[in-house]
Amino acid sequence: MTVAMIEIRDLTFAYGGGPPIFENFNLKIDRGAAWSVIGPSGCGKTTLLYLLAGLHRADNGTVVIDGRPVVRPRPRTGLVLQDHGLLPWASVRENARLGLSVWEFYGSDGTHAPANWHKDRADADRRVDFWLQKLGIAELRHQYPSKLSRGQRQRTAIVRSLIMEPDLLLLDEPFSAIDAPTREELQRVITNLIRKSKTACIIVTHDIEVAVTMGEKILVLRKGANQSPLVLENECTAIEDRHHHPAFHNKCDELRQIMGGLACTTG
Amino acid sequence: MHHRLTPTAAGMGFLMFLAFWQALAWIIHRPIMPSPVEVLPVFFASIFGELGFHLLASTARVLAAIGIAVLTAAPIGIGLGQLPRMDRIFAPLIAIVYPIPKIVLLPVIYVLMGITDISKILLIALIIFFQILVVVRDQAAKLRPELILSVRSLGAGRRALFRYVYFPASLPAVLTALRLSVGTAIAVLFIAEQSLTTWGLGYYIVVETYQVLRYPQMYAGILAMSLLGLALYFVIYSLELKVCAYQDSGETG
Repeated sequence: MTVAMIEIRDLTFAYGGGPPIFENFNLKIDRGAAWSVIGPSGCGKTTLLYLLAGLHRADNGTVVIDGRPVVRPRPRTGLVLQDHGLLPWASVRENARLGLSVWEFYGSDGTHAPANWHKDRADADRRVDFWLQKLGIAELRHQYPSKLSRGQRQRTAIVRSLIMEPDLLLLDEPFSAIDAPTREELQRVITNLIRKSKTACIIVTHDIEVAVTMGEKILVLRKGANQSPLVLENECTAIEDRHHHPAFHNKCDELRQIMGGLACTTG
Repeated sequence: MHHRLTPTAAGMGFLMFLAFWQALAWIIHRPIMPSPVEVLPVFFASIFGELGFHLLASTARVLAAIGIAVLTAAPIGIGLGQLPRMDRIFAPLIAIVYPIPKIVLLPVIYVLMGITDISKILLIALIIFFQILVVVRDQAAKLRPELILSVRSLGAGRRALFRYVYFPASLPAVLTALRLSVGTAIAVLFIAEQSLTTWGLGYYIVVETYQVLRYPQMYAGILAMSLLGLALYFVIYSLELKVCAYQDSGETG
């Protein structure tokens, strides 16, 4: 096994004096791996993303990415939150370009933007247009977010992350409240992308089918303090026509049973 | 809610205004109410001379006051809006001070700051300051934490957050507050300029013309002051329309 990209060591975290959500939690995630994180609401799925993104600080223990402890957002980590976090006063294009604009604002200082990054406005503009085209929202580039559907907003937020050429992509419920055809297309786009670019991808979801579709490994979180990680291996991500494949349904059932069991033991 | 003012409508409004004025002049028929036919030539003759300099002095004071107020109130408002604990401490103080008519502080400011232009400017700035402070604070408090977190995850520190989130988020509120307070600001300017200066429309209208019964000139001064208020209002309003373009049509989320 290669050296892990992400190492969570003895992580303990609680919100402002509340009960711990993670307690001496350890986990390793390989470069380019596709993970799903599933669990009931309030189990700490989003919290885990925030910790990985450097937006929350651990009470104890560390999150190490690429050999460096995460103490603030890392330039090559892309994060797409559930409500997308688009600027309401900026067009789709301006929103998609926001990360690059922030990098241009600071210059390649190694803290806010990668040290080996070269400022090139024209190239940045080209890349924005390329990705907008690729995700099929190029014709919406001058629209404001309030005019978009949920799926279109989701794509804008994804473009905003992909433009930064992340080596780690964190997605919080990326397919919730999106109609089925759009969802399946987005799943295909993301799967192809992360395979091609060897981007590690961690998708948080409450949906069993999404978890089995997207994660080569599935981390199951529970309500209450998560101590040792419960990880399920999953080979179904490679299946093309998963809806008619028994292995896919078996995996979903297995995951459902595991989650059901957790719910019983923790009340 | 917003009634856009077209150039045609503005022209119509101005003509109606002149008609009413003329009618009043006929009805009252006294020197204190000269007709526009008498006043407008005086206005155009003096606006490029002495009156123009008074107008410039007043404009400079208002603009300086707006500048000071925006540059101090906006950052403090953003700070209070984003730091609920601080806001809870200062909110009662602001609530008490906000409605005080700041003009009553005129003598105090004169004594403390001296009878220079700066004291007049500060008095006006004080009025605008509280208007902006309150709306910017409320606007900043409405920003969703997820939005801030998203932008932070793109590498934004405090400076970039200000540039890409706080500044554009509070700009519409700043402009609205300015538009609504610019009338009061000019009213206070009018009073402040009546003493301890020899420049400004307040001085021109009260000391140079009214007190020596030069009524047509006095009306030229009143016209100039009205134009100042009108111009500021519409400049701010057009900026507002431009900045708020994204709010124009129904928000869904």
